[in-house]
Amino acid sequence: MKQLGSIFRRELSAYFLTPIAYVFIIIFLVLAGIFTFYLGGFFERGQADLAPFFDFHPWLYLFLVPALSMRLWAEERKSGTIELLLTLPVTTAQVVVAKFLAAWVFLVVALALTFPMWITVNVLGDPDNGVITAAYIGSALMAGSFLAVGACFSALTRNQVIAFILSLVVCLMLNLSGFPLVLDFFAGWVPQIILTTIASMSFLTHFEALGQGVIDLRDIIFFVSVLAFFLYANVLLVELKKSQ
Amino acid sequence: MKHLVSVSHLAKRFGDIQAVRDLSFSVSEGEVLGFLGPNGAGKSTTMKMITGFLDPDAGEIEVAGHSLSAHPVRVKQSIGYLPEGAPLYGDMTTVAFLRFVGAMRGLSGDSLDGRVEEVVKLVNLESVMSQNLETLSKGFKRRVGIAQAIVHDPPVLILDEPTDGLDPNQKHEVRELIRAMAPRKAIILSTHILEEVEAVCSRAMIIASGSIVADSTPAELAARVNGSDVWLVEPVESGDLGRLRDSIDGADWLREMEVIESDGAGRLRITVGGGDAAGKLRSHLASADVAVAQFYRERVRLDDVFREITNGANVLS
Repeated sequence: MKQLGSIFRRELSAYFLTPIAYVFIIIFLVLAGIFTFYLGGFFERGQADLAPFFDFHPWLYLFLVPALSMRLWAEERKSGTIELLLTLPVTTAQVVVAKFLAAWVFLVVALALTFPMWITVNVLGDPDNGVITAAYIGSALMAGSFLAVGACFSALTRNQVIAFILSLVVCLMLNLSGFPLVLDFFAGWVPQIILTTIASMSFLTHFEALGQGVIDLRDIIFFVSVLAFFLYANVLLVELKKSQ
Repeated sequence: MKHLVSVSHLAKRFGDIQAVRDLSFSVSEGEVLGFLGPNGAGKSTTMKMITGFLDPDAGEIEVAGHSLSAHPVRVKQSIGYLPEGAPLYGDMTTVAFLRFVGAMRGLSGDSLDGRVEEVVKLVNLESVMSQNLETLSKGFKRRVGIAQAIVHDPPVLILDEPTDGLDPNQKHEVRELIRAMAPRKAIILSTHILEEVEAVCSRAMIIASGSIVADSTPAELAARVNGSDVWLVEPVESGDLGRLRDSIDGADWLREMEVIESDGAGRLRITVGGGDAAGKLRSHLASADVAVAQFYRERVRLDDVFREITNGANVLS
């Protein structure tokens, strides 16, 4: 457990030792702002809520999270430090969890830095802060799920660009899996039950409910399951690929 | 003397290549075992398996009384490891990196401060403490790699080419360090350099194609190297080369002879054997009717010994 903490701190401080943290946070905040005010029509709607802000989070994460996660394992393998890391007295699962948690905390910090938005909407009107809290929790969970997918694909290759593209495609599929774009591809040749399952996998649908302030246990379980599944796959992939 | 490292019937395959085959040996406290052999012989693969980075296909590894397969974390705790090429986290400073490894190895508080300070002194890193690791020279990087391997004062040390990239002074210092630590530890190191084995190792093992082909003391190995006597002869007139060769051909002290031609000059590379064969060659040349421009002993390289040994010559048995 102590070791997990050490890796967590090293990983988290590594973001801030390089320009990654600053570039990422600035771009995240700028894009979040642009989406909310221009595409979401925050002022024009005349409603005191943050829906136009949260609605774009799945699309914001789609590009930014794979960019953050692509180096998690690919870089360790490319530079050979994975050998150093995995011969320390820790298990692979501990390293996977520590790396994931550090990146997740970093994403949550970036998300938390959007607090001026929350202040603004409270100054301008009288929003339902319960809904906003639920949406923030949902957004953080969804970011974690995206991140778990990205970390898993980063373990698959030592090439960061490949890791980025693969994570992006899979995250896009997860975003859209409830929509005809994805469903039409599977319709006709997979059994109905699988089609229903795929349709129920959509990040957008599950996030929508949370964004409206409905903390449904099923949505929470969905994101936590996706996260756990990809982290488990991550452990297996690291074990399988470390020697190559 | 207790065995700190025992390896039995270890095997590892990568695709079509059998990297390590049926390797068995043990190392006791106070021993410094040198792995010799060219790249691809299986040295690094063996080290990676002992340190728990790679899982063997077959075989058992025991370190400090614990089975690696049953207690991987405990085994890793008793090992200090310098991986091949000394990989480091380039974005960290020397001191932050050493503290990170120390903390991962279970040190904290005063013991962490003390140990980091100690290893920094031991490998002379004082001048680069707050420098980013990626900005360090190859020699410093290697020394930081050694420092992180010994920060927790482990009973077992595994060093993959510890002196690679160091200048002669640094090489000497690292060898002194290894020698100083040797009595209380079991140390396995790999190298290409024969003199290094003679300088620090109490035991030398030559590995080829994943198998042990020689396991003896460095002194014995050195004797074998010096036992194969290779001389080079260059006549003043390259036209005399053939005549000289014919005159030597068939002598009972001759083992092997080849003609080497480069830049218009011809040389004979003569391998001799038997009692005072070199003296016989010398007197033969003196009596031969050929003017000799150069006559010198070829420095035997480890590669040659290695080739000789792995080609199945029975000089070893």
